[in-house]
Amino acid sequence: MSAFLSVANVSRSFGPNLTTGEKIAARLGASVETRHVQAVSGVSLTVRKGETLGLVGESGCGKSTLGRLIAGILPPSEGTVQIDGAPVMQGGRKVTTRVQTVFQDPFASLDPRMKVGMTVAEGPIAHGLTTKAQAKAYVAEWFGRVGLDPAWVDRYPHQFSGGQRQRIAIARALAMQPDVLICDEPVASLDVSIQAQIINLFLQLQRDLDLTCVFISHDLSVVRHVSERVAVMYLGRIVELGPVGQVFERPAHPYTAALFGSVPKLVLDADELVHFEPIEGEVPSPLSPPPGCHYHPRCPLASEVCALDIPPLRDVREGRVAACHHAEAQLQRY
Amino acid sequence: MSVPVLSVRDLRTHFFTRAGVVKAVDDVSFDLAAGEIMGLVGESGSGKTVTGFSLLGLVDAPGRIVGGSIKLNGTELVGMSQRGLRARRGREISMIFQDPIATLNPMLTIGQQMRLAMEAHERTSRRGADTRAAELLSQVGIPSARERLGAYPHEFSGGMRQRVAIAVALLHRPSVIVADEPTTALDVSIQAQILFQMRDLARETGTALIWISHDLAVVSSLASKLAVMYAGRIVEQGPTATLLRDPRHPYTAGLIASLPATAEPGAPLSQIPGTTPSLLSLPKGCPFAPRCARASDVCATDPALEARGDRAWRCFHPVGLSEGAVS
Repeated sequence: MSAFLSVANVSRSFGPNLTTGEKIAARLGASVETRHVQAVSGVSLTVRKGETLGLVGESGCGKSTLGRLIAGILPPSEGTVQIDGAPVMQGGRKVTTRVQTVFQDPFASLDPRMKVGMTVAEGPIAHGLTTKAQAKAYVAEWFGRVGLDPAWVDRYPHQFSGGQRQRIAIARALAMQPDVLICDEPVASLDVSIQAQIINLFLQLQRDLDLTCVFISHDLSVVRHVSERVAVMYLGRIVELGPVGQVFERPAHPYTAALFGSVPKLVLDADELVHFEPIEGEVPSPLSPPPGCHYHPRCPLASEVCALDIPPLRDVREGRVAACHHAEAQLQRY
Repeated sequence: MSVPVLSVRDLRTHFFTRAGVVKAVDDVSFDLAAGEIMGLVGESGSGKTVTGFSLLGLVDAPGRIVGGSIKLNGTELVGMSQRGLRARRGREISMIFQDPIATLNPMLTIGQQMRLAMEAHERTSRRGADTRAAELLSQVGIPSARERLGAYPHEFSGGMRQRVAIAVALLHRPSVIVADEPTTALDVSIQAQILFQMRDLARETGTALIWISHDLAVVSSLASKLAVMYAGRIVEQGPTATLLRDPRHPYTAGLIASLPATAEPGAPLSQIPGTTPSLLSLPKGCPFAPRCARASDVCATDPALEARGDRAWRCFHPVGLSEGAVS
């Protein structure tokens, strides 16, 4: 498989910004909070040209942070992200426009005091993709492509509905003519009937423009619909990655199985109540994750080795990897 | 069906704003039996939350209930004094809100808040209150409940906070609990735990539940009957399984068809065109008509609620019935 987007051993931690005084105090043994949250640890993955990789997990699992690392919004603590062999960041600065992001909340991601046409034109003008004189026509073209009336370029964000704002945000990202698009929960804040419109728009643009996508969502049915492969994250690590159909039908990691099992499904044929299989307990604090496999305290298959050794991501089937000591046993359960 | 604990008839809640009258709830009727779970489904602005607020008499100016009737255990709530409502809120009918951070007082311990809620309706000793609070907390799945009575809301996770809010709602064993998107802000694994528990609690305590949600999948696995709202009205209601399998209203049918779960992966989803109309400028007649593929001239007049057995819908051209059968 030829990798277009490659993420190599990327980690990112967040900690308190200590003042010099606090650093000295910590050295001298005073109790200063110096713990770090390992939001993303040692993630490696590749995405083919034109492919959509889904990224799923519960809140706090690091999926949005990983999205930001790939998009060059955050510098990684370790590791590198490359697009077509060229690094996204160098010396802590983003050095490419080939990756763009669509964010979750179109109410927060658009400048309320800027006309939407200018919001879309700003980046392309700054990077020479169009000129000030031609910007109007350039923006109108992108408005048309995302299903907005080009006559609306002089309006402000508050004059649009949620679905229309998300179309503007998509136009802004695509007007930069990226090769890679990071979608961070792009339909989560939209109404159900509008979600379908935006998903359809995404699928069509992705095909037309041959975009390589990372699609982050907690909504598994959306991810299944738009992605070819899916990566499941738990407490900063990828626990499973593979073709979306196979992973959904026969998970190799007990967490994947439990996560999918706890999603309420649309029940159309049962007249009795559905059986739930909730995961026991809650996600542990990322400040002090359990040793070994992070999932072992909640895992029905856990054994002694799980509390000691971090399971590496390993091949479990053709094109599928999972980070579990008992992946074979998990696969046997189906 | 047994005698309903809650009976709502022709409820109308309007907001008198400077821009005009917003008919947030318009002609809503339903019954709820003891222990029954009803899902109230709709998109934002459909009036599902205002319906819930109306049931508890929590609608603030410029809104007010302008018509209809809400009977709780046989007592009429519309037009009742604030004093009368206060005596019933929390004891006979209570509410769980979407955001558990906003519903709990950050300055009081969980134990204090639960004691206050208890003292609002009955005299209790401190010890008695603590015992009862701890009992309820462990019932909703909070481990070592007794010790956690002294903890503040910020010491709990989101899921645990919502469990506390549920325990508070359950304190006086109310006849009806209105739950307004209580799991929307939670992770799926926590959501599953809470759904599971609420279902059991409703069965065990006989408390009837109105579960307000925009998520059809969530209500389909929880509620025995559904009411679908659009632009302030119930456009369709009936038993969950039959309603979802064989929807009558084109809006319900469109919603179900637009879910990714019902489509072939990668294929375009069937979509409802357009957007929800503003409640300030509703189209004449059926408010869904401008987005509806089945609309005709007759849709410019208001469709009446058509009842057939345990189902009802508000449409001139229902899906799945031949035109001849309708007239």
